[in-house]
Amino acid sequence: MPAETMQSGAEVLLRALKDQGVDVVFGYPGGAVLPIYDAIFNQNAIRHILVRHEQAAVHAAEGYARSTGKVGVVLVTSGPGATNAVTGLLDALMDSIPVVCLTGQVPTHLIGNDAFQEADTTGITRPATKHNYLVKRSDDLARVVHEAFYIARSGRPGPVVIDLPKDILIGKAPYVAPVATHRSYRPRTEPDPAQIGQAVALLKGAKRPVIYTGGGVVNAGPAAAAALTRFVRMTGFPCTSTLMGLGAFPASDPQFLGMLGMHGTFEANLAMHGADVLLAVGARFDDRVTGRLAAFCPGAKKIHIDIDPSSINKTVPVDVAIIGDAGRAIAELTAAWEADAATPDRAALAEWWRQIDAWRAKQCLRFTQDMAPGAIIKPQYAIRRLHELTRAQSKDTFITTEVGQHQMWAAQHFGFEKPNRWMTSGGLGTMGYGLPAAMGVQLAHPDALVIDIAGEASILMNIQEMGTLAQYRLPVKVFILNNQYMGMIRQWQELLHGSRYSESYSNALPDFVGLAESFHATGLRAENVGQLDGVIERMLASDRAVIADIAVDPAENCFPMIPSGAAHNEMILGPEHEDEARGITDEGLVLV
Amino acid sequence: MPAPDNNHLRSATISVLVDNESGVLARVIGLFSGRGYNIDSLTVAPVDDARGRSRINVVTSGTEMVIEQIKAQLDRLVPVHRVADLTREGPHVAREMALVKVVGTGDGRVEALRIAETFRARVVDTTIESFVFELTGATEKLDAFIELMRPLGLAEVSRTGVAALARGTRTIGGNVT
Ligand SMILES: Cc1cc2nc3c(=O)[nH]c(=O)nc-3n(C[C@H](O)[C@H](O)[C@H](O)COP(=O)(O)OP(=O)(O)OC[C@H]3O[C@@H](n4cnc5c(N)ncnc54)[C@H](O)[C@@H]3O)c2cc1C
Ligand SMILES: Cc1ncc(C[n+]2csc(CCOP(=O)(O)OP(=O)(O)O)c2C)c(N)n1
Ligand SMILES: [Mg+2]
Repeated sequence: MPAETMQSGAEVLLRALKDQGVDVVFGYPGGAVLPIYDAIFNQNAIRHILVRHEQAAVHAAEGYARSTGKVGVVLVTSGPGATNAVTGLLDALMDSIPVVCLTGQVPTHLIGNDAFQEADTTGITRPATKHNYLVKRSDDLARVVHEAFYIARSGRPGPVVIDLPKDILIGKAPYVAPVATHRSYRPRTEPDPAQIGQAVALLKGAKRPVIYTGGGVVNAGPAAAAALTRFVRMTGFPCTSTLMGLGAFPASDPQFLGMLGMHGTFEANLAMHGADVLLAVGARFDDRVTGRLAAFCPGAKKIHIDIDPSSINKTVPVDVAIIGDAGRAIAELTAAWEADAATPDRAALAEWWRQIDAWRAKQCLRFTQDMAPGAIIKPQYAIRRLHELTRAQSKDTFITTEVGQHQMWAAQHFGFEKPNRWMTSGGLGTMGYGLPAAMGVQLAHPDALVIDIAGEASILMNIQEMGTLAQYRLPVKVFILNNQYMGMIRQWQELLHGSRYSESYSNALPDFVGLAESFHATGLRAENVGQLDGVIERMLASDRAVIADIAVDPAENCFPMIPSGAAHNEMILGPEHEDEARGITDEGLVLV
Repeated sequence: MPAPDNNHLRSATISVLVDNESGVLARVIGLFSGRGYNIDSLTVAPVDDARGRSRINVVTSGTEMVIEQIKAQLDRLVPVHRVADLTREGPHVAREMALVKVVGTGDGRVEALRIAETFRARVVDTTIESFVFELTGATEKLDAFIELMRPLGLAEVSRTGVAALARGTRTIGGNVT
């Protein structure tokens, strides 16, 4: 291409983004990326959303990506811009969220000189990304951008960083069109028929089966979730989900046992413990899920479907490994199940359901709400009312969360019927995730109802994004379960550290109503149960951003709970069993 | 697929064919240090300039489950073309080279030279009170030689780390036909 007809690197970059279908970029300017901002100024195809902190840009991109299935895009400057983005990148890596993050860099001839706002961004982000690039030659620029999108969204999705020296952005660069192949990176999506056959044989012979689904089903797309739902109903097997998989199988379905793991239901965890065949789909046997490994699903033959071979046999050895896309694998399993002449053991299955129903009868999520109008609000009740009142309106509802007890109560008490409606920071557990993530969701779904279920401590970690909500008129609702404590920390201190509440009290909290108003949003507060429904209704009726500050019982703990180092059948069901946690061993105490 | 054995430690010589782009070695080393895997030896050099490929050879140890995890993690790196577990995939040859400096005079010096001959080490530098031996062979052979030199004035050692290939027609890209 003759040099005159070539565009600047920044223009080539924007053209590549456009050809990748990008419509929104979350970013924050700085010296190293000014050429990109100039190119943005001169076009209309891509909308730039100015966040208030680079970490929030990445979480917003995650929310956008998780709620649409598309790649979220971030643009930050060199040095502090890039380092501020690192938490978000690692969050996206741990939760397998496709993000492309463009970082500015000092010009190539200054790299390594400790130049102004220089950081070794590829070095710093190497363990926080699926892959990263430093573009040193203009000739590579367009190809690298296309590759980055392909890598971010394919296989096991994840974040990709492209570090862009300023001279590359200013100098002329050639353009090349997208290609969806790579020299060395080739994710495996098609399952092996032999493994499918073995899986069906095990499943048909099962007497106490459990299907354990995870975030990988959401990654695989809505069609995979629909295929999973059909498969579960066809087999009649019980189904449980990880925190990350909620919504892939409808919560209201009688075959759904609720979430499993540390704060999972009694029936889900005991079913896991008693199972003879386990089918894991797009789930990674996380320590929050397995509890003590030696006692995890002791009697079960295990089948594991995962697109990433490194997820298989990582912590739990399995009997049948199916490497491939969850949607493809479920489709093949369904076909093989139907083609197979053997009939499942319906009598054993009926017996298994009788057992599960007995566990269910414990009503492990029950709580007591005093309904006298002045009574203190139980956090679980606040979530239940939020769920019921949102269900009563017609908008598509998306929930994000911060991290802590409120996150677990949201997972337990808000029923998710569809995939991509629930965004939470699972793997990294990043406080401050929920508000910016909600922002990204709302941008992708302008007419939807988007609620960040928050804790009063977490929300302060990215509270500056209220400014972004105001600027772009994003009507996100922040629903704070204000227990005046870092409740999750307080709970562990109570149960495991002799009630020594070291530094876990939320002192000197802002007036959240006044805070909302100063950010041009609506502030509401519910002090007692009599005010709760009214506040929720006003929040839902508002077409503006709202902070609803809900005063909840500061002493409430989140149950059931499997204490660290315990097994699924050693769950603490409620306050009456708290002593069991106090007997925890030193081995358990070292666990997070 | 049978579940891997989680009780016994084994050593594994793993070869990794990579695009020799910048940062690729840092990715491999970072993976080992970040995930707490052992590196007993590591070598890297370009092996195919035309296609821009380098070969990394890593000797590591762990339970079967850990070694399978190491291979899967390596294979997940974007610039990695192929990961071969030479220890598992069939017979292989593994060699390294050492330069060994021995300083001394008198009987020790004579004995060092005699042992060097039995090991087929070459003398690549000599002064009246020192030798530098060059020795190529299996890791154990080099270890043995260095141990024998210790009482004879061993002063310094420089080793290349292991280079390894499958025996026969097999290559890291598959069978050559
Ligand atoms: C305070 C707190 C408490 C928590 N408590 C719990 C708890 O009680 N229970 C719980 O479940 N979690 C809990 N978590 C979350 C937990 O830490 C993990 O994030 C979560 O369990 C992981 O979910 P997952 O196994 O579905 O895997 P994900 O992290 O969602 O990973 C997805 C898996 O699917 C695979 N995959 C991706 N795409 C595809 C595809 N297309 N096809 C097939 N496979 C694919 C990936 O390779 C990966 O193995 C908690 C988190 C916090 C912060
Ligand atoms: C960035 C970050 N720092 C620290 C933690 C550890 N942590 C987990 S939950 C929690 C308390 C959260 O308090 P709050 O937001 O009020 O939620 P609650 O548990 O009270 O519902 C803390 C400090 C974390 N997850 N993330
Ligand atoms: Mg709190």
